[in-house]
Amino acid sequence: MPLDPVVQLLPAVAGLPFEEGYVSSVIFVSLYVSLIAVTLSTLFSIPVALVMGFTDFPGQQFVKSVINTGMGFPSVVVGLLVLFAVSNQGPLGTFDLIFTKEAMIMSQFVLATPPITAISLAAISGVSDNVRDAAHALGGTRIDVALVVIKEARYGIATAVLAGFGRAISEVGSVLIVGGNITSADGISKTRTLTTAIQLEARQGQYGTAMILGAVLVALVLLVNAVVVRLGSDGVTRQ
Amino acid sequence: MSKQRNDGHDGTASRRAFLAAAATGVTGALAGCAGIGGGQEESAGVSGETLTLTTTTSTYDTGLLDAIHPDFEEMYGVSVDAVAQGTGAALESARNGDSDVVMVHARGLEDEFLRNGYGVNRRDLMFNDFVIVGPESDPAGIRGMDSATEALTAIADAEATFVSRGDNSGTHTKELNLWEAAGTEPGGDWYQETGTGMGEALNVANQQDGYTLSDRGTFISQRSELDLVILVQGPIEDGPEILANPYGIMAVNPGVHDNANYDLSMAYIGWITSPETQQAISEYQVNGEQLFFPRAVSEDPDFQQYVPEGWSSNSTDG
Repeated sequence: MPLDPVVQLLPAVAGLPFEEGYVSSVIFVSLYVSLIAVTLSTLFSIPVALVMGFTDFPGQQFVKSVINTGMGFPSVVVGLLVLFAVSNQGPLGTFDLIFTKEAMIMSQFVLATPPITAISLAAISGVSDNVRDAAHALGGTRIDVALVVIKEARYGIATAVLAGFGRAISEVGSVLIVGGNITSADGISKTRTLTTAIQLEARQGQYGTAMILGAVLVALVLLVNAVVVRLGSDGVTRQ
Repeated sequence: MSKQRNDGHDGTASRRAFLAAAATGVTGALAGCAGIGGGQEESAGVSGETLTLTTTTSTYDTGLLDAIHPDFEEMYGVSVDAVAQGTGAALESARNGDSDVVMVHARGLEDEFLRNGYGVNRRDLMFNDFVIVGPESDPAGIRGMDSATEALTAIADAEATFVSRGDNSGTHTKELNLWEAAGTEPGGDWYQETGTGMGEALNVANQQDGYTLSDRGTFISQRSELDLVILVQGPIEDGPEILANPYGIMAVNPGVHDNANYDLSMAYIGWITSPETQQAISEYQVNGEQLFFPRAVSEDPDFQQYVPEGWSSNSTDG
């Protein structure tokens, strides 16, 4: 992992009172959960946004308002609903998902999907009809047309993905409920993310440590934003 | 990922392994695209067995579990997932079958849990005590009182700020019992419920120069961050017996939740009540002070199966 040297050194450099491997494992869990959730959300959201942007169907406004409501849906309620679903008494109880990363991915998927869908939809709707017509006229299949539209709307879609990622990685309530904030005895995180680690430190009055972890979280979000923006601009130069 | 073993006889484990494998595959692909790199995948929680322990914040925040668990994990090759929730939530998780073993400190709630058939094989584990802490200035004048209920009455009479956990934890349950014993109904602006863990409640009390009831362990662990002082001692320092804080451990009844890992739970209970682990508990110190006093092993051992009061009458009523 290219980041390893950096995060391994973190405790020493920043004066963090943690054992080696703790901070890097917490960062790993944060990224693992959020990136998978956002990837799955994106794979789900973009086709939905394309269908909604390209077609008219009855109840479309209703679906839109559901998505928009979802953007503001309280995250702890999502956590509670996922808890009910994955608890051993719940419909998914047999999968034994409670207090696992998979349960956290589920709740973050639910949280990230509405903003990604809504912002992608706005971007796709903003692509000029002329572009679509031209692609059709050149004999493009529906897939070709969709790809052209996605390419035109890529900045908006990148914004959508970043918004979803921001909501996922900064979430604390739901991941605490369904993940349980677990580290193993050797101090390696199993379901502890940066946000829940910060919550734990604050609960214990270790505000300084909480602040340092907060700085790590902010740095991480900035880094991922930079990577996504960079990927976007690469696309431009190749064209 | 190569370490995963599917023996085929455990459907839950193989399903879980499958989901983890699917999720890992996605990360791998993702990492490849983004150039971030998935790197070492810690699949320990998936390939080996896992014991889920729900417990109170006091055993967790004091660092006790982190100190003793490596021994168990090494001995049995399993990982212990300790989820710190507060007694009420810990019992509720166990009641739903979401944990295998539960370590809490509220005897009344534990008895109810056993009586309702959710838990089996309770053992006394260890004890510490509660203390009433408050600001150095002590506006209610409770310093050195040898009755906890008189101290609470004095706080209520003075309407001095009192911070309550308010979270259905073992400490909160004890606090409510104390108010009841004092014959005082707490209320008004001076009585504040935080609804959070002990550490947070101590911070709130600290910020507001208020009083609070704390377990000794959490208070000692956090004392260096606080201006609060112990004003009424518990039984460890010759305070009133009513402030005793005994911890118990119970296995989730496999007859109610067949997914509960009963064998491992009993291995854990056997291990934690063993002389060696009890010794380790007594040797665990924070800031030079012993936090927990072992109770499972004594010179006068009592190995009877614990039966809650009223068990037989309840079962015949039922």
